[in-house]
Amino acid sequence: MTRAGRRDQGADGVTDGVTGAVDQVTGTPPGLDARLVVEREAFRLDIGLRVAPGEVLALLGPNGAGKTTALRALAGLTPLTGGGLRLDGVPLEEPGRRWRVAPEHRPVGVIFQDYLLFPHLSALDNVAFGPRCQGVPKARARDRAAELLARMGLSDHAGAKPRRLSGGQAQRVALARALATEPRLLLLDEPLAALDARARLDVRAELRRHLAAFEAVAVLVTHDPLDAMVLADRLMVVEDGSVVQEGTPAEIARRPRTDYIARLVGLNLYQGKAHGHLVTIAPGLTLTTTEKLTGPAFVAFPPSAVTLHRDRPDSSARNAWQARITGMETHGDQIRVALTGEADGLPLAADLTTVAVAELGLDTGALVWAGVKAAQTHAYPA
Amino acid sequence: MSSTVTRPGTGRRPGRGRGFGGRRFGRGGGGVPAALLLPALAGMAFLLLPLVALLIRAPWRSLPQQLSSPGVWQALRLSLVTATSATAVALVLGVPLAWLLARTSFPGRRLVRALVTLPLVLPPVVGGVALLLALGRNGVVGRWLDSAFGITLPFTTAGVVVAEAFVAMPFLVISVEGTLRAADTRYEEAAATLGASRFTAFRRVTLPMTAPGVAAGAVLAWARALGEFGATITFAGSFPGRTQTMPLAVYLALQDDPAAAVSLSLVLLAVSVAVLAGLRDRWTAGAGAA
Repeated sequence: MTRAGRRDQGADGVTDGVTGAVDQVTGTPPGLDARLVVEREAFRLDIGLRVAPGEVLALLGPNGAGKTTALRALAGLTPLTGGGLRLDGVPLEEPGRRWRVAPEHRPVGVIFQDYLLFPHLSALDNVAFGPRCQGVPKARARDRAAELLARMGLSDHAGAKPRRLSGGQAQRVALARALATEPRLLLLDEPLAALDARARLDVRAELRRHLAAFEAVAVLVTHDPLDAMVLADRLMVVEDGSVVQEGTPAEIARRPRTDYIARLVGLNLYQGKAHGHLVTIAPGLTLTTTEKLTGPAFVAFPPSAVTLHRDRPDSSARNAWQARITGMETHGDQIRVALTGEADGLPLAADLTTVAVAELGLDTGALVWAGVKAAQTHAYPA
Repeated sequence: MSSTVTRPGTGRRPGRGRGFGGRRFGRGGGGVPAALLLPALAGMAFLLLPLVALLIRAPWRSLPQQLSSPGVWQALRLSLVTATSATAVALVLGVPLAWLLARTSFPGRRLVRALVTLPLVLPPVVGGVALLLALGRNGVVGRWLDSAFGITLPFTTAGVVVAEAFVAMPFLVISVEGTLRAADTRYEEAAATLGASRFTAFRRVTLPMTAPGVAAGAVLAWARALGEFGATITFAGSFPGRTQTMPLAVYLALQDDPAAAVSLSLVLLAVSVAVLAGLRDRWTAGAGAA
């Protein structure tokens, strides 16, 4: 998922401040450079962001992790209590210097979770709202809005009030409205959360196209790993106000570093101490892996790699340990079996076919042997 | 009044409820307790009876002649003009005040709010006296208004507007403040991210979105201004054609021509009912949801 990336700014070093080439004074590259610190009672957000123009960064995390606070801080709706925020070399907020640019003066566009289209204005006037506030004459603002709506394929709905738009249409109007001010930073808060599953698919693909064409910085916030992986070039996983993992979607999907991410990408994840091909997870549980490592390590394997047996499997190529079934539910055309290790108490997920579950006579509470082949595990340094 | 109001969640169908007790106003799961129903009915009667009496005793036969006197229309016209002007004043000053109370925080905000709404509970006559001391010819500000601009407010039509606005504005402020507090401030944030200043956001987003609530407040203020008596007669006196509004005319007529007072009252009643009917569906009904 590569993108045009940072635009070549040319050797002549021409800058025009807002569209931002390399800052002449400080030499900061264009794009977003921020350390967001927001302290509240019983909560502290502290994350660092560097995003190049043309790049899409996703903040992925569970509810309450601080993603939306981060987005609001970027937009200027929630004041920073520490750190700082620069966009294309221009300082937007530096609490240390008591410097803060008001939201209405930031070159930032926001797509809110439930869009917040102004209910009393038509789609066209919603989109024209931003340019009008920037002092663009009414006729020109409406022309620009009409052009944007046409680009979104919404020309037929320009006169419609928001309540008459479908979820997908409202999302596109919100996107057009945010783009109408030609922002240098586009923020998207759970852009697909308000849509039903069907609309989601279309809108996701469409949004991906628009984001790919967007030349400035885009930051989106989501708790849906699929949205994050499809829409973003880079993922930042936020838990409890801090970044726990960062990387491309492929890296994160392959090498999760927390239980939350492992669950999101559908992997069993164990942490232990590696010694050659052996990783000791818990006193009763040592897994054989293909990778050779030393020191703290993660071992990940998909639930489909786990086999369950009534008796101890005799194959030596297979890791085997005892676990008790705590629950079962259908998962696509498979059955997802939730287990807890008998010796170690660690959770384990296994995907079995219905036939296998029936043949083994599995039921909640049963004690079984779990097996996973070394070749199907993936070990990496913690 | 139905005697078999089924409580939600009891799962009992209304039909069964009726069959079960068979008692009107009966107690039990589906009934309305008599302890609430009887005072409620008495309250309703208490509110309606005077109006019914007004209709029964109205001199219907001589009514056309009573109402054809130019004094009636003069007073009615003055009432409508001053009440509408007072409402306009209340809107221009009261809506920004309500915004300030709802959207900003400053030291003493609660005190300001309490003081602003004081005229709500203040006896209007006291308000009139206070207005005289402030804006009268020798008042704190009135003296200066007189000497610098030659403006005198007491005992003028403008004075009526001032008195009515003084009494009516708190209704509007309280009502609009409530509406603003209930409104979703995230729309204002959305406007801010689009480059709107706070004033632009207020003018182009908040105000249109809360229009039903503001209108409801304006209706409330208008009705209060229309009925204003105490502050008006104290501050502006009762000069026919100039400061004698309908309520004053009714009161004075009652002294020497009760029939005329009843006729005038009927006109005011008709105006009130007309306004209520005309605005109810359009504005006040939606105000709760705004």
